[in-house]
Amino acid sequence: MMELALATAIGVLTAGGVYLLLRSRSFDVILGLTLLSYATNLLIFSAGRLAVGKPPVLLDGLPAELGNYTDPLPQALVLTAIVIAFAMTAVAIVVAMRSNADNGSDHVDAREPGDAP
Amino acid sequence: MIQHLPALPVLIPLLAGALVLLVERRGIVAQRVVAWISMAAMLVAAVLLLRQADQGPLLVYLLGDWPARLGIALMVDRVNALLVLTTVLLAVAALLYACAGWDRRALHFHALLQLQLAGLNGAFLTGDLFNLFVFFEVMLIASYGLLLSGGRGLRMRAGLHYVVFNIMASILFLVALGLLYGMTGTLNMAEMALRIANAPPQDLALLRAGSGILLVVFCAKAALLPLYLWLPETYSRAPAAVVALFTIMTKVGVYAVLRIYSLLFGQGSGALDGWAWDWLLPAGIVTLVLASLGVLAARSLRGTVSYLVIASAATLFVTFALQTPASVGAGLYYLVHSTFVTAALFLIVDLVRRQRGALGDRLDQAGPMGGTTLLGLLFLVAAVSVAGLPPLSGFFGKLAVLAAVPPGQVALVWTTVLATSLMTLVALSRVGSQVFLRATAWPGADKPAPPGKLEIAASTLLLAYGIALTVAAGPALRYAHDAGAQVLAPGAYIEQVRATQPLLRAPSP
Repeated sequence: MMELALATAIGVLTAGGVYLLLRSRSFDVILGLTLLSYATNLLIFSAGRLAVGKPPVLLDGLPAELGNYTDPLPQALVLTAIVIAFAMTAVAIVVAMRSNADNGSDHVDAREPGDAP
Repeated sequence: MIQHLPALPVLIPLLAGALVLLVERRGIVAQRVVAWISMAAMLVAAVLLLRQADQGPLLVYLLGDWPARLGIALMVDRVNALLVLTTVLLAVAALLYACAGWDRRALHFHALLQLQLAGLNGAFLTGDLFNLFVFFEVMLIASYGLLLSGGRGLRMRAGLHYVVFNIMASILFLVALGLLYGMTGTLNMAEMALRIANAPPQDLALLRAGSGILLVVFCAKAALLPLYLWLPETYSRAPAAVVALFTIMTKVGVYAVLRIYSLLFGQGSGALDGWAWDWLLPAGIVTLVLASLGVLAARSLRGTVSYLVIASAATLFVTFALQTPASVGAGLYYLVHSTFVTAALFLIVDLVRRQRGALGDRLDQAGPMGGTTLLGLLFLVAAVSVAGLPPLSGFFGKLAVLAAVPPGQVALVWTTVLATSLMTLVALSRVGSQVFLRATAWPGADKPAPPGKLEIAASTLLLAYGIALTVAAGPALRYAHDAGAQVLAPGAYIEQVRATQPLLRAPSP
């Protein structure tokens, strides 16, 4: 059940992200990138297998076997990915705002369809 | 000190980048001093690394002294030692060009350049897949800053496309990493190669999907068909000193493909043995043809050179896809040559553009040319080299590439490479006649200022690297051939990484 929920969440986020990414306004594109990065984070997290209530680091009294613990590495990877995606979103927003201010259009090609190039 | 050598090409620019930020308030001279000291130190480290790598065995450096399968390892063989040296030599020329005065206007240029070098060197040296992602990001974030610093108007539009495209590629990179980690449970390349070779049949479909997504990411960076459309616009609008350094960025993608698909999915990897190369050969050939058509059709000087960059990356894909030591070796020689010569062309074209007044780098009409015979001469040397005419390094590179083609593929590869060389030659002759031979005298008295001495020196330096590659073609080709043989023998590689023990830490059970 949990697998289904997580897979659905990843799928919905990816679908929404791709839809927004293909739109022509830079704001929508950036939102799409954000949704896609959420989907990716969940995917990486699921690469360590889903487990509830298991510790990621060795505990006294709990035998050091794989079945008793959850994989700590994907959590560290997701943390890195979140930080990078956050910074990248900020950069993309700044560039998009600057392009909007300089070129007078929020369109990703910096001019409205139908305008002379 | 000497045992920490593999980490130095990453640590020196990181440290220098931080230092430059600290001394930024003290003016441009202090920044330049730090930048040049760092460059000299990196050059020494890169040369030492190359000499050590040429002795044969792989150097493995365990960061934090964790065993390679748990922690992050840096690996140095002939291939990445060569690429690190190429990067540093290229950066010396780019820094020299920027020090002619452009660095005053570009905010934080010196700091960003150092961080970009840290990312580039790290991406070449790392032996860990997630670490490769991190260094890719370091390199890209610095490149956004370099590309956009001081930019306005349409450069911002090109910048937005570049940023969004690369974020998308990074997201795909993470998806691939998630899949591969989920299947193999490791991120160290050597360890992963071993586990892929022994993967149970039911895992193969997901492994193939993960490696396919990874291939898309690297081909997007390396500008392979159909993922090259971002490159001409971005490179045409970037500042000259920056774009000269960017010519190595497409090569990072090519290097990553060579490394991953000959180590993880190369000889001896079971069911997935070399699957990517069957796709890359036709893709490389089609890209080469289209890029050469682009060179012919380009309407600006910088557009012409941008398509030459794509053509050189495509040639590399063709040679690497043949998967023999001789062809990979020839490809590596060609890689170094083409990096230097396309960077030189970007610098020369920028100087030429400034001599043409309002016409700038447009090619649709001949116009006044304020400048000197010297620029024409530099352009001629670079054009001869990039088109592959004797006697310069391009000729030796193409000769080695053609000689290394195995008998079964001769018809296809020879036809493509020779025909596209002819197209390049025609296009560059047209550019030369349009810009230099048909140039009219400058109207009026206010001629543009002649190019600065440092700028000429930087362009000449890049061409001199090419000439050095020609003079030392024997040793260079011998080294490249050894490197090709080394990268195609992943077995020894995996063994050496696994055999490396931590120095201080007790081995874990």
